Amino acid sequence: MFLNCLLIKLPTESMTRKILIVDDEPNIVMTLEYAFKKQGFEVFIARDGGEALQILESNIPDVVLLDIMMPEVDGYETLKFIKEKSGLEQVKVVFLTAKHKASDIEKGLKLGADKYLTKPFSIKKIISEIQDLLD
Amino acid sequence: MSNYILIAIIMFYLAVLFFLAFKAEKNAKSRWVNNPYVYSLSLAVYCSAWTYYGSIGIAANSGVDFLPIYIGPVIAAPLWIVLLRKIIRISKQHKISSIADFISLRYGNNRFLGALITVICFLAILPYISLQLKAVSEGFEIISDETSYVSKSIWDDSTFYIAVLLALFATFFGTQATDASEKHRGIVTTVALESILKIGFFLLVGIYVTFFIFDGTQDIFDQFSQIGDVERLTTIQGLEGGINWFFMVALSFFAIFLLPRQFQMAVIENNREKHLKTAIWAFPLYLLLFNLFVIFIAFGGKLVFGDTANAEYYTLLLPLSEGHLFLTLLVFLGGFSAVISMVVVSTLALSTMVSNNLIIPYGFLDKFIENHPDKNAYYIKNIRRISIFSIIILAYVFYYHFSIERSLISIGLVSFVIVSQLAPSFFIGLYWNRGSARGSIAGIIIGFAITVYTLILPFTTNIVSGNNNLAEHGLFGISLLKPYALFGIDFLNPYAHAMFWSLTFNILVYLVLSLIYKGNYRERNYAEMFIDSKNYSSLQDSALVWKGEAYVADIKNVLAKFLGEKETTRALRIFFTKYDLPQDTQVADARLINFSEKLLTGSIGSASAKILIASVVKEEEISLLEVLKILEESKETIARNKMLREKSETLTLLTDQLRQANLDLLDKDKQKDEFLDTVAHELKTPITGIRASTELVLEDKEMPDPIREQFLKNVLQDSDRLSRLINNILDFEKLSKGKTTLDLAQNDIQQTIKKAMEVVKHMAAKKQVALVNKNPHKLSLRYDADRILQVLTNLLSNAIKFSPAETGVVTMDYKLSNQSIELSVTDNGKGIPPEDFDFIFDKFYQSKHQNTKKPEGSGLGLAICKQIVEQHQGTIWIDKSYKKGAKLVFKLPFD
Repeated sequence: MFLNCLLIKLPTESMTRKILIVDDEPNIVMTLEYAFKKQGFEVFIARDGGEALQILESNIPDVVLLDIMMPEVDGYETLKFIKEKSGLEQVKVVFLTAKHKASDIEKGLKLGADKYLTKPFSIKKIISEIQDLLD
Repeated sequence: MSNYILIAIIMFYLAVLFFLAFKAEKNAKSRWVNNPYVYSLSLAVYCSAWTYYGSIGIAANSGVDFLPIYIGPVIAAPLWIVLLRKIIRISKQHKISSIADFISLRYGNNRFLGALITVICFLAILPYISLQLKAVSEGFEIISDETSYVSKSIWDDSTFYIAVLLALFATFFGTQATDASEKHRGIVTTVALESILKIGFFLLVGIYVTFFIFDGTQDIFDQFSQIGDVERLTTIQGLEGGINWFFMVALSFFAIFLLPRQFQMAVIENNREKHLKTAIWAFPLYLLLFNLFVIFIAFGGKLVFGDTANAEYYTLLLPLSEGHLFLTLLVFLGGFSAVISMVVVSTLALSTMVSNNLIIPYGFLDKFIENHPDKNAYYIKNIRRISIFSIIILAYVFYYHFSIERSLISIGLVSFVIVSQLAPSFFIGLYWNRGSARGSIAGIIIGFAITVYTLILPFTTNIVSGNNNLAEHGLFGISLLKPYALFGIDFLNPYAHAMFWSLTFNILVYLVLSLIYKGNYRERNYAEMFIDSKNYSSLQDSALVWKGEAYVADIKNVLAKFLGEKETTRALRIFFTKYDLPQDTQVADARLINFSEKLLTGSIGSASAKILIASVVKEEEISLLEVLKILEESKETIARNKMLREKSETLTLLTDQLRQANLDLLDKDKQKDEFLDTVAHELKTPITGIRASTELVLEDKEMPDPIREQFLKNVLQDSDRLSRLINNILDFEKLSKGKTTLDLAQNDIQQTIKKAMEVVKHMAAKKQVALVNKNPHKLSLRYDADRILQVLTNLLSNAIKFSPAETGVVTMDYKLSNQSIELSVTDNGKGIPPEDFDFIFDKFYQSKHQNTKKPEGSGLGLAICKQIVEQHQGTIWIDKSYKKGAKLVFKLPFD
C-alpha cells in the first residue's frame, strides 16, 4: 500500500513484532498502519476476512486487529478460523469495531477474542492496549 | 256355531294378542315395533266397529253419506306435517299424557279446565265404548246357533266377560309405567296388527260379496237399480245435502285430532316425528281401501235380504246365508279386532285423564304428599287400573240399559259432536295467544249445554217418555226452540244441526271472553310457549316465567314422593349438570320449577304437578307486563346468543389481526433498531477515520509532509462522506414518513436527463466510462424535477461505479409504454447477483459482492430512489433478463 511507497524505515529491534490489520475502511487502515509501523511492528493488511486468511497461510503475526462488519468473510468467521487452525494458537486476536453494545462485546469475547476495542478510537490507546497484550 | 266354540276362539284370539303385546313390550326398541308403518296402522284405531259395521248400515239406507266421516281425516292428514308435528313437539316437551293435559296446560295448567275436558270426554266416549260392546254382542248373536237365547242377567251375558277380558288387557298393558306419558309399545303393536286384520277380513268379505255372490260391481248396480233409488244413494243431494256433508266432514276433521284415542295414538305414542311423513299418505290410503267395498256390500245385502235384516251386519249375514261359516267367523274376528283396539285405547286414554285430571288433583294430592314414593306409584297405578275397569264396566252397563236400541252410527256421531266442543280451545289456542282459560271453560260448557239440548235431550226424552213431543214442538211449545231445528234452521240433520249451534256459541263465547278477560301471567306464559313452540323448544326449561322463593330441598322432597329417592337424585344431577349449576345448589330458579313440574306431569297430570310444586314454593304474582317482558327477553336470549357467537368469532378474528399487527410492529421496531444501529455504524466509520488521522497529524511532529497531506485529505473526504450521509439519512426519513410533498410541475424529461448526466459527467470522465443518452427526444411530463434528478443522478453514479474503468459504457434511455414512461440506466459491469435482487432497494443494503470500496455509497441511495419513484405512483425494479451488466428501470405514470 501507500506506506510501502513512502518507505518509512524504522529502527529494527531484536524481535520485530508482527501485526495483521483486517478492515475494509482504507482511511482507518492507513492511520493504524502508520502508527504501528512507527512503533516498529511489521504490518500486514487485509481488506476483509478472506484476504486475512490468505495472509495467515504464510505469515504468523503476533496479533490480529480485526474489524467485525466486513463484506464476504466477517470478523467473527475470521476469528473462528484462527481459533481452529493449528499453528495459530499463539496469535492474539483483538476486535476493533464500531459495534459497541454490551451484547456484542460479550459475543466477541466469548468467541475467544483477547480484547475488544471500539471505534472511534485513540491511536495511543490502541497501541498501549496491544503492547500490554504482547508483553 | 256353538257358543262354547265361539268363546274358545275368542279366548284363543285374545291370548294371541296378549302374547304379542307382551313380546312387543319386551322388545320395545325393536325395528318391528318402532317403524312408521306401525305408527300409521295404529292411527287406524279410528276405524272402529262403526266403520266395520255401521258404514254399511248408512250406505244401505242413505248411500254415500257414510263417506264424510272419512273425508275429514283425509283432509286433515296433509296438515299433520305442520299441525300434528307442533302438537307432538309441545307434548313431548311438557310430558303431556292426554288431550285434557294438553289443553289445560295451554291455559296455564288450569285444574278446572282439565277436569272439565275429562268429564266431556268421558261423557262422549262412554256411550261410544258401549256401542262397540253392542257390536260384539250382536255379532256374537248372529254367528252363534242359539239365536233364540236371550240373556237374563249380566252373569250369563258373554259380552260382559268379553268386556272384563278387555279391561284386563288394557289394565295390564296400559299401566306398566307410572308415568302416563311413557309409550305403550305393547298396545300400539297389537292395535297395528288388528288394523291389518280388520281391513284384511273386511276386504275379503267385500271381494266375496262383489265377485262371488254377485257378478262384479256392474252386476250389483244393475240389479240394485231395479229395486232401489241408485241416484239418491250415490249423490250428495243438492245444497242442503252439501251443507250437511260439510258439517260432517268438519266433524270428522275435528275428531281425528280430538278423540282421546286418536290423541293417544297420534301424539302420546309417537316416538319419532319423521313417522308422520309416512302416516300422511298411508293413513288416507288405509281409509280409502276400507271404504272400497262398502257400497257394494250394502247394495248386495239389500238385494239379498230386502228390509228383513239389520243392514249393519250384512258383512256377517251375507256369508252366513251362503253357508260360509269360516268366512263369517273371520269377519266377526275382524270386527272384534276393531272393537278391541278402540275399547283398549279409548279406556287407556280416558283412564289417564280421569286419574291425572280429575281424581288426583281433586282428591289425592294431600295423601300423596304424606306417602312413601313406592306407595304413591302403587296408588297412581291403582287409580288408573280402577279407572280402566270402571270405564269398561260402566260402558257395559250403559250398553245393557240404553244403547241396545240405538244404531251404531247415531251414538258415534253424538260422541263426535260432544268431542268437537274442544275444537275452539284446541285449534284457536294453538295459534292465538290471547285465548284464555275463562273463554275456553265457558265456551266448552255452553257448547256442551247446547249439544245436550239439541241432541241428547230429545233422544233421552224419547226413550224415557216414549213420545217425541220435545222434538216436534220445541221446549214449552215454542217452535223456535225445537231441538232439531233451533231458530228455524230445519234443513240440517240432527248432528250437523247440533254441531252448528253448539260450535257457533262455543267459538263466540271463547273469543269474546278471551278478549274481555286477559289470562293471568301463567296462562300467557304457556300460550306463548305453545304458539311459538319452535322458538321455545331450544329454551326448554327456562321458558317458564316464574318469580318467587323456593328451595331445592323442598322440591326434591316432593319429587321423591313420586319418583323415588334414587330417581330424583339422578334427575336433579342431570338438571344441574345441564345448566352448569353446582350440585349443592340451595335456591331453586324458574328452570328447576319448570323441570320439576314436567317430571311430575307424566305421573299425575300437569294441573296436579303445578299444585304440588306450588305447595312447597312461595310464588309471587307477576304482572302481565313483566311476563311479556321476560318472554321477550327469553326470545332475545336466543338472538343474543347467536349475536354473541358471531361477536366472539369477530373478536377472534380481530385478536388474530391484532396479534399480527403487533408482530408487524415488533418487526418494525426491530427494523428501526437495526436502522439506528446501522446509521450509528455508518456515522462512526468516517468519524473514526477523522479521529485517528487528526490524532496522528497532531501528535506526530516528525511526520513527512506527503503523509500529513494524505491524512488531511482523508479527513476532508471523511467529512464529506459524513455530511452526505447525514443528508441522506434526513432525506430518507422525510421521504419514508411522507413528510415531503412533491413539487409537481410540468417538466421536460429530456432536460432532467441532461442535468443528471451533467452532474455525473465528471465522475465518468475520471473513470473513463462512456455516457450515452440513447433517446434525445423531448417529453413533457408532470413530476418533481429535483427529486427525479436525484433518482437519475443516483442511478447513473451507481452505474458508473460498477462499470469497468476505461471500457465502461453507461446508457441512459427512456421509452413510452402504456400510459407511462419507462426510464432505464444500463451499465456493462459485472451485473447484480440474483440473490441481491430482492434486497437491493432496502436501506443500507450493500452487496457482499460489491468490490468498489466505500466511502462512495451511503447505503441509502437506492432506498431513496425507491421512495421517490413510489411517491410519484411509479415503480422501480431491476431488469432481471438483462445479462450484460445491470439494468435498473423505473416507471412514472402520466398523472
